[in-house]
Amino acid sequence: MSVHFIGPQPEIVGVLDLQGGVHEHLEHLERLGLPYRRVKEAKDFENLAGLILPGGESTCLARLLQLFGLVEAIGRHAGRGMKLWGTCAGAILLATNVAGEKSCLGLIDMEIERNGFGGQLDSFHSEALIEAVSPAPIPLTFIRAPKIRSVGKDVKVLLRMDDYIAAAENDRVVVTVFHPELTGCLALHRYFALKCGLHPRGEDVSEGWDTASWMKLARIAS
Amino acid sequence: MDSKRYELNVQLAQMLKGGVIMDVTNVEQAKIAEEAGAVAVMALERVPADIRKDGGVARMSDPAMIAEIKKAVSIPVMAKARIGHFVEAQLLEALRIDYIDESEVLTPADEECHIDKTKFSIPFVCGARNLGEALRRIAEGAAMIRTKGEAGTGNVVEAVRHMRTMNREIRQLAQMPVEEVTGFAKTNGLPYELALKVRELGRLPVVNFAAGGIATPADAALMMQLGCDGVFVGSGIFKSADPARRARAIVKATAYFNDPQKVLEASLGLGEAMPGLEIGQIPPEQLLAKRGW
Repeated sequence: MSVHFIGPQPEIVGVLDLQGGVHEHLEHLERLGLPYRRVKEAKDFENLAGLILPGGESTCLARLLQLFGLVEAIGRHAGRGMKLWGTCAGAILLATNVAGEKSCLGLIDMEIERNGFGGQLDSFHSEALIEAVSPAPIPLTFIRAPKIRSVGKDVKVLLRMDDYIAAAENDRVVVTVFHPELTGCLALHRYFALKCGLHPRGEDVSEGWDTASWMKLARIAS
Repeated sequence: MDSKRYELNVQLAQMLKGGVIMDVTNVEQAKIAEEAGAVAVMALERVPADIRKDGGVARMSDPAMIAEIKKAVSIPVMAKARIGHFVEAQLLEALRIDYIDESEVLTPADEECHIDKTKFSIPFVCGARNLGEALRRIAEGAAMIRTKGEAGTGNVVEAVRHMRTMNREIRQLAQMPVEEVTGFAKTNGLPYELALKVRELGRLPVVNFAAGGIATPADAALMMQLGCDGVFVGSGIFKSADPARRARAIVKATAYFNDPQKVLEASLGLGEAMPGLEIGQIPPEQLLAKRGW
């Protein structure tokens, strides 16, 4: 666990660290100059302004959340104002309805379908303008991505593509079926930080970023 | 495979980090694995312990069986092709599974050449005993690496040896002046450009999982503490007394590998682990890790 700053106001962004693309999100938060923390158990939620649920396998993440009483902890902290952002599998965990399965956290009113595009051979890169998030189009990475089929009345669609919704939000939750943490662009991390009431620094595109940049947080040799 | 496709394939492996990939031989086992929290399943006809026992030639599994498993679960499905058997790989790609393991567990089809994985859109994972072997596979297009621990033995010693070897070589490389890299690369069979990349990154440039001989939650946590990004469990689950329970326990221990209390809780009351094999008692010609180079 790394705590960079503890103050009276929640200032830290947590990344759920059970399985999946954890380092990738941490690296993005670091570039925005935001204090962050890996979240593995109930006590780690204290003082979080926001929590990112990363991509990974939603069945695995759901099982571990239930096993260690974290479903209840997330609900409680969402109740006190902690914001949440789910990418890919994280979005599945946050949905109220998952096609053909039980929902896990149920914190945003929407129906989502796992593997909406098919298998790995159907994973793809794309690009789109999300007006609420950035003035310029941002790169999108879809990996065995789900599709959001419909959203409830209190949910705002951020990005609609073809026959599905790719990004949406309500007062406390953002969901994206793609992976902003796998591109160099910081626009969505900035957007989420602002939603958490934090003050991200720097530009959305960093010079010298590449797809291996997360590895500096997972080195073997020091 | 263009570089964008390769990037997506490396990134799928990144999404498996911290997870457990389980060998399954039928739909029922695949569902048990998924329910237990596996991040992917490896569909194969016989687990390595049985391949070892039965002897003979081990080939790619029946595609109909792989297709059934693919239909039954929503997590990624992997399957094995023989080393060098690029047509088996073509069939697995046509089946549209998620990942191919070019595996020493099957009988090699080519003793000189591994598959040219750059010709495929589907991602490959390959086994490696040391840094040179890992980088040679990456140069051939592998998007993920795993240790080449002795499969089907329930004995983790070889996987530990491979991980320690890779770590040692990575540390040496990372601390080396750049002019020494050429000689180090020549001596250890490292592609030079990739050696420079490892030197800069301080680790393999793709995700590296533990595989071979992992039978207990403690084995999984051991490999994670040694720096693996995740774990494959082959015979260890479905050759044990209570597979569903052991599967859940290994998932838990992998996620909380740094927390001895949680690994302890996961280790309680699991029943018998799979029977183990001492590596020294296996005739040298039957050692799987020697297959491939």
